[in-house]
Formats: sequence, structure tokens, C-alpha cells
Amino acid sequence: MKTIQHRTLKLNDEADTRALGLEIAEALEPGDVVALVGDLGTGKTALTKYIAEGLGVTEEINSPTFTIVKEYRSGRLPLYHFDVYRLGSSEELFDIGAEEMLDGDGACVIEWADIVADALPDDTLAVRLEYGEKEGERTAEIL
Amino acid sequence: MKDGRFLTLGIETSCDETAASVVAGGRFVMSNVISSQIDIHTAYGGVVPEIASRKHLECVNDVIGRALEEADVTPKEIDLIGVTYGPGLVGALLIGVAAAKAMAYACDIPLVGVNHMHGHIAANYLEHHELEPPFMALIVSGGHTEIVNVPAYNRCEKLGGTRDDAAGEAFDKIARVIGLGYPGGPKIDRAAKEGDPQSIAFKRVYLEQGSLDFSFSGLKTQALNYLNQERQAGREIKVNDVAASFQEAVVEVIADKAVMAAERYGQKQIVMAGGVASNTRLRALIEAKAGEKGITVLKPSPVLCTDNGAMIASAAYYAYRSGEKPTLELDAVPGLEF
Repeated sequence: MKTIQHRTLKLNDEADTRALGLEIAEALEPGDVVALVGDLGTGKTALTKYIAEGLGVTEEINSPTFTIVKEYRSGRLPLYHFDVYRLGSSEELFDIGAEEMLDGDGACVIEWADIVADALPDDTLAVRLEYGEKEGERTAEIL
Repeated sequence: MKDGRFLTLGIETSCDETAASVVAGGRFVMSNVISSQIDIHTAYGGVVPEIASRKHLECVNDVIGRALEEADVTPKEIDLIGVTYGPGLVGALLIGVAAAKAMAYACDIPLVGVNHMHGHIAANYLEHHELEPPFMALIVSGGHTEIVNVPAYNRCEKLGGTRDDAAGEAFDKIARVIGLGYPGGPKIDRAAKEGDPQSIAFKRVYLEQGSLDFSFSGLKTQALNYLNQERQAGREIKVNDVAASFQEAVVEVIADKAVMAAERYGQKQIVMAGGVASNTRLRALIEAKAGEKGITVLKPSPVLCTDNGAMIASAAYYAYRSGEKPTLELDAVPGLEF
């Protein structure tokens, strides 16, 4: 992964979320993993949409909660979009064959990544999303 | 062929369920075995088959065997095998595809791949024996919210879908935060019956004028904000009112768009499919709105709304009859589109 400045930033609106998504996309290389952590409604899927846009993915990105992972191949890198909310542990991540995706030809974005934290590579880029003070506002902590 | 009837074996392993079924003539269910419904404690020592491909692998042969046994047929009597090849989890799909190919090759039976979503629509052929295309289909489940025009048996044209969360997923998420638990759909449905759907003004998200797409993420965020505000103000959350108001905001938009699609394409029937098709409020509302326009609404019973092999067998039968070439070269396509 190309370097991304580790910092905490305020996302005032959708445009700020998009800017962060595009910045992350720019840095992604094959085998990279982005871990998204945050409560329901903090914008994990929204951020993923903008990462996908930055990668040049043309397909519609919608929530993969039901099937755990969806892959998109229309961008400059394959994108594997995970939502591991339904999984009980990182062991189940391997049951669905995720190791090939984590260490593969594309980039992985993982929602609710705290559930599978012990299975993620050391150089994972973690983004923690939280509600801001005002409605519609979020903070993003890049770790 | 048995007693002059064309027999299709359907195999489904795209997500949580390992399922197989024998269907006669594309319409009559002779057996319908779904792994989660077997007495798993005796069969698998308490392991619930689910998303893991390993678990599909453990029970796929047994499920197929039971489907044949319950239908009282032998593999030699099967005329066609249909298997889900997408969309779904690649590892899970591969188990079904491999089992289907092995059996097709060993017993010299033609094999066709089935799109899981076409299967959900075909579930209605099993329930409504008079139903024939053309019609408008509405697929609403934990993973899908789609409006599909079906002009002929083997043709499905997707007109709209969700841009973020599926309807069932939105129910699951809100059910969780108001403490109703999983699965959210049926619990929201039940709680809503005791609540006032007009008590909270949740927004109806119609997107651009005339769009047949859906978006439920903003509504989810609005509901979460509402709950936070109420808690911070020290007010008691009226769970039934939240459930009723949230459900109303979701199903009203779905019903409006399904009827709009049917009218736009001149369809006189709306066919519902998927788990959320069992939502009583959605069903009542869509029947009322469609009824005003002279459109009838059909849906399969709950067992055929969930993932099952019978719907795959029916879809395979009609694909084959419409001229689809059987193949042993079939591969899983996790991101398969309509």
C-alpha cells in the first residue's frame, strides 16, 4: 500500500466521505486490506462505495451482509467487499475461502472487521468510523 | 421419466442452505429437502450447515439422496439436473456445481445451470400451477430487493434494485437496535401489528422521478438518529411504534414501485418472491395498491420463499424446455447478474 497519513478527520458530509474513499483507493495495491470498524449507520458501506469509485469499479456496490462477500472486477484492481457481521469468528472467514482473497490479486475492504481482527495481516489499514456531534457528521480515525 | 412424468432434480448451495428437490413437469414438488430443516442433531451431531462450504460438502450427498428417496425415484429416472451456479458464495456454489456435474456425468443426465434469482421467481410456478409469463416479479429478501420484468419463461429483465441495503437487511438491522433480535423481518412484522405506523415520520425514499431502484440506508440512519435523540432526551422508546413506522416507510415504497413497474410494462400480475414476501403488511399494501389498478398479486408459501431446491428444478425445467443447451462445463459465477 502507498503511504496514507494516519490521522483523525471530521467528515462533515457525503463529499468528505467521498474524498476519503478516493484517497484510500489511490493508495491500494494488490493484497491490501482495509478494515472498517464502526457502529451501524456510521457509513462503512458508503465509504466502500467511494473506494470502489476510486478504483474505477462500474458495478453497483450494495451491502454484502447476506452473502458475506461480493467481488467486483471492473476496476483497476479486483475489489473484494466483505461484511463479516454474520460471522462468529475469524475461523469462519477461512471456511468461506477468504484467505485467497486476503492474500490475492486485489484489494479487500472489510466491514465489521473487529470481529475477524486476528485473521487480518499486520499491515492492514484500519479506519474507525464514529458518529460526530451533529446529525450527518462522522469522524474517521485512520490507524 | 417415471409414470410418464419428466423429472428434474434441483440442487441449491448458494448461501446458507444445502437443498435438493425432485420436481415433476416443472410444477409438482415430489420432494423438497432443506438441510436446516432436517433433524440436524441426529444427522450431523449438532453442527448447523450454513455458509461454510465445508458444511455444504458434509451434507450435499445426503441431502440429494434424501430428495430422491422421498420422491421415491432412482437417479436413472431423473431426466434433468439443475443447479444454482450464481450469485452466491463461490465456495458454497462450487459444492453444488461439483455434485451436480458428477451425478450428471455418472448417470448421463443433461445438466443446466440456474441463476439463483430466476429460481426465486420460478418458486411461484410450483405454487400457482396456472401462472405463466408475462408478469412483473418483485424479489424481496435478506440479500435482495429487485423488480424484474418476466416477458417469457426464460427471460428476466432487471428493472431496478437496491443501491445499498436490501429490505430484509434493513429490517434485521433495525430489529437489532430496538432489541427485537434475529431474524428481524418476522419480528418487526409482529411488533408492527401492535404499533402505530404514523407515529414517527420516517422518510419515504423514492430516488429520482420514475426510478425503480431502492435505497434504505438513509432511512436506517434516520431511525438510528431518532433512537439516539429519544434516549438522550430520556424518553422511553416505543418499540412497537418504531417497528410499525419503520416497516411502513419500507413497504410503502416497495409496493408503490412494484405497482408502478407493472403499470409501465402493462403487466396484469405481480409475482412476489423471497423471504420478505411473507411480510404481512407488504402483502396487504401491495394487494390494495395493485387492486386499484386491476393488477393481481401472487406469492409462494413461506417454505418456497426461502432458498430451496424445488425452485431451482422448476427454473431448470423451463430453461431446458426453452432451448438452453445442457453443459458439463458449468462453473460457479459468484457475481452472476440477472
